[in-house]
Amino acid sequence: MRRGSIVALLGIGLIAGGVATAVALIPTWLPVDASREAGRIDFIFWFVIAICIGLFAVVAAAMTYSIIKFRAAPDDLEDGPSIHGHTGLEIAWTAIPFVLVTAIAIVCGIVLSKNNAEGANPVIINVKAQQYAWSFSYPDANNATSPVLHLPVDTSIVLHMRSLDVIHAFFVPEFRENEDIVPGMVTKIHITPDRIGQYPLECNELCGAGHTLMNTEVIVESQADFQKWIAEQKAQSTTGTSG
Amino acid sequence: MRRYLLGAGWIRALWMTPFFGAIGFGIVVLCRWGGGWHPLLTEEPLILVSALVAAPVGLLGGIGAFDYWTNYVLGKPTPEHEDHSGHGAKSWKDYFRVNTDHKVIGVQYLVTTIVFFLIGGMLAMLVRAELARPGTQYFGGQTYNSLFSVHASLMIFLFIIPAFAGLANFVVPLMLGAADMAFPRLNALSFWLLPIAGVMMVSSFIVGAFGGGWTGYAPLNSTHQPIGAIFFNQGVQWAGASSIMTALNFLVTIITMRAPGMTFWRMPLLVWANFTTSLLVVIATPFIAGSQFFSMFDHVMHTAFFTPVGGGYPLGYQHIFWFYSHPAVYIMMLPGFGIMSEVISVFSRKPVFGYRLMALSLMAIVVLGFSVWAHHMFTSGMSGWLQDPMMITTLLIAVPTGIKIFSWLATMWEGKLHFNTPMLFALGFLSMFVIGGLSGVMLGAVPIDIHVTDTYFVVAHLHYVLFGGSVFTIFAGIYYWFPKMTGRMYDERLGKLHFWLTFVGFNLTFFPMHIIGTEGMRRRIADYAPHFASMNLFISLASFGLGCSVLVFLYNMITSWRFGERAPGNPWRAMTLEWLVTSPPPTFNFDEIPQVVGSPYEYGVVGAQHAILAPSKAPELEEVRT
Repeated sequence: MRRGSIVALLGIGLIAGGVATAVALIPTWLPVDASREAGRIDFIFWFVIAICIGLFAVVAAAMTYSIIKFRAAPDDLEDGPSIHGHTGLEIAWTAIPFVLVTAIAIVCGIVLSKNNAEGANPVIINVKAQQYAWSFSYPDANNATSPVLHLPVDTSIVLHMRSLDVIHAFFVPEFRENEDIVPGMVTKIHITPDRIGQYPLECNELCGAGHTLMNTEVIVESQADFQKWIAEQKAQSTTGTSG
Repeated sequence: MRRYLLGAGWIRALWMTPFFGAIGFGIVVLCRWGGGWHPLLTEEPLILVSALVAAPVGLLGGIGAFDYWTNYVLGKPTPEHEDHSGHGAKSWKDYFRVNTDHKVIGVQYLVTTIVFFLIGGMLAMLVRAELARPGTQYFGGQTYNSLFSVHASLMIFLFIIPAFAGLANFVVPLMLGAADMAFPRLNALSFWLLPIAGVMMVSSFIVGAFGGGWTGYAPLNSTHQPIGAIFFNQGVQWAGASSIMTALNFLVTIITMRAPGMTFWRMPLLVWANFTTSLLVVIATPFIAGSQFFSMFDHVMHTAFFTPVGGGYPLGYQHIFWFYSHPAVYIMMLPGFGIMSEVISVFSRKPVFGYRLMALSLMAIVVLGFSVWAHHMFTSGMSGWLQDPMMITTLLIAVPTGIKIFSWLATMWEGKLHFNTPMLFALGFLSMFVIGGLSGVMLGAVPIDIHVTDTYFVVAHLHYVLFGGSVFTIFAGIYYWFPKMTGRMYDERLGKLHFWLTFVGFNLTFFPMHIIGTEGMRRRIADYAPHFASMNLFISLASFGLGCSVLVFLYNMITSWRFGERAPGNPWRAMTLEWLVTSPPPTFNFDEIPQVVGSPYEYGVVGAQHAILAPSKAPELEEVRT
């Protein structure tokens, strides 16, 4: 290959990579991150995006260069050179993607095990999903139930989730957490919220005619506010049972 | 009169269909009466047995799909074996009856699947109309759910999978130098199962369409859906049976009917692609058949295979379903890979780069394809330890796929590129499929998948793979073999216009879905948060433009078929066998059995040939058929 074509290829590759990077950076791709798990997931997201931009640039460069450079005139009836393969190249484009995907798999494995590790004494909350409503009950407050999920900030939380009818799913984009709730099983999800606020909580597995509307909210509050809320719930549930 | 009523054809079908339906009806009533079950007339078993099983069998019998076999069994004469009366098309009417010619069947497949493509496309327009603004305008709840469910089912089971079967039906026997498929009558039967499946899925709207998604997850689809759910279950059975029969036919044809000299390493890559696809179909399709039978039993007979009350296991459905439906993604990709290898090589005037590695990577995809199914279930609540191995195999499958992409790029390198419509669609495929493949790597990484699963990111990814991937290759294939199939050239200017409208419309429609998906917009919802509104309006408008691009395609196909310039035998100067005969080919393809002498892609070598026909025929080959 001549030096000129190498320069041209590199140039096109840089332009394609630049365009792809702009597409990755300019729009807002991810919602705010509101849990410790989310930060790690976002790291993986950008790590894989970076590899993808590199691969995209290589393919775009080779393709664009070929389209410009090797275009034949309509009346040109000649054939191209009879090249059947190149062992070195073929080994390279088998081995390099292999190394890249292995790297992705290893990093993902590490993040997964970190995200699944529960802290000491996690707060346990029972989640009940049914067509088309949510209910959350707190063992710490005599199993008082609430239609809205209240969580204390910076605390390891484990949700035990059950479904009364079909499959539903727990999805809070700001937590980057998503898990199905399957009838006949208890599925679990581990969250460590780290940003106070209100976020939408949605059913993310098609569950019937009202699936679109099966939404509620999660309220992440400070430890003190959460304890106060728990105490209120506890009081209400005791007066409820005695009265 | 007697001949009209009893001879195979649509008149016999007209009475045999209700007659068989009545027999099915009678069987159900008789069984219920014998078992003492009341009431005798119950909607679900009656519709299932009578309308969805017995009546279609009557229809097939009526048009004559079983005539040869029944006559043979009964010891009656079977003249069609000798006189080939059911073979080949002399007029347009021959396309509307049971025909054993693989070329007729190929065209039947393609026209039928394009009809369902149009219906499926219109359903998608309705979905986008609803999503153009937040709130519920036209369809909500169950109606909305059934729109996207039927859209996906038609596109997958009635368009992409059978459209490839149709292209391969026409091309594979020709490429092998064979007179027809190994089992022509089975081939005819496989085609006629298809319209039955399609009509079943569309007509479910009459009784209350299924709204459980094309995935039909239990227990939603098996116990919480209207009767349309069993139309889906049975539609999948008919389409699946069609797939299995065709795949068996391809396997036997490719293994036993290659022309002399056509070793496996001399087969065109399109034949390799259909060989590997057929392996996938034969091994995997029985699994979806099983999943749909059990789901239907839960619905109609109140068994509890997938409902926990009664001891069923909902995740069991998903494992069996995806054990087919992930390989099905490759069933929808590999034939397209085959088309790409042919088109890119011919229009680059260069041999396919790394031919053997291309064939081996197809085999690698077949093997790996069976070990990745649970990546659709990373958040399903399945055993946690399954995540890591499924992630590793999923990411590894990017390696053989990458080999194919790099090899196509290397095929173009230093070639003489001609940008006819098939080549444009091939390049469109290459760029779109790279994006779809890379978003696939992202979805394969479990932590990312946990965030974006069941969001519009998945919708974007699957359309980049199945539309940017499969549908672009189907278009490339249709344009590439159109002269061979019809004997006419298509209009190149309209073809290019179709490509650009599709390419631009496709990207404007589906690329923004990546962004709203990662931002957290769920899939399969009729309404969404206000901050997604402007993006969704943009997508809807773009999708209507994309829909209109199909009109250019239809106009081009119809007018060119009727009035197009006569096509020479080999308009693309290609080397594979189908281009060595006239356009369209003679009824039995080859007057003499061709002798294969070399690789199918010897471009750039003066005087090189893939195959030799009998010398006396050779000078006529390039003549225009009049």
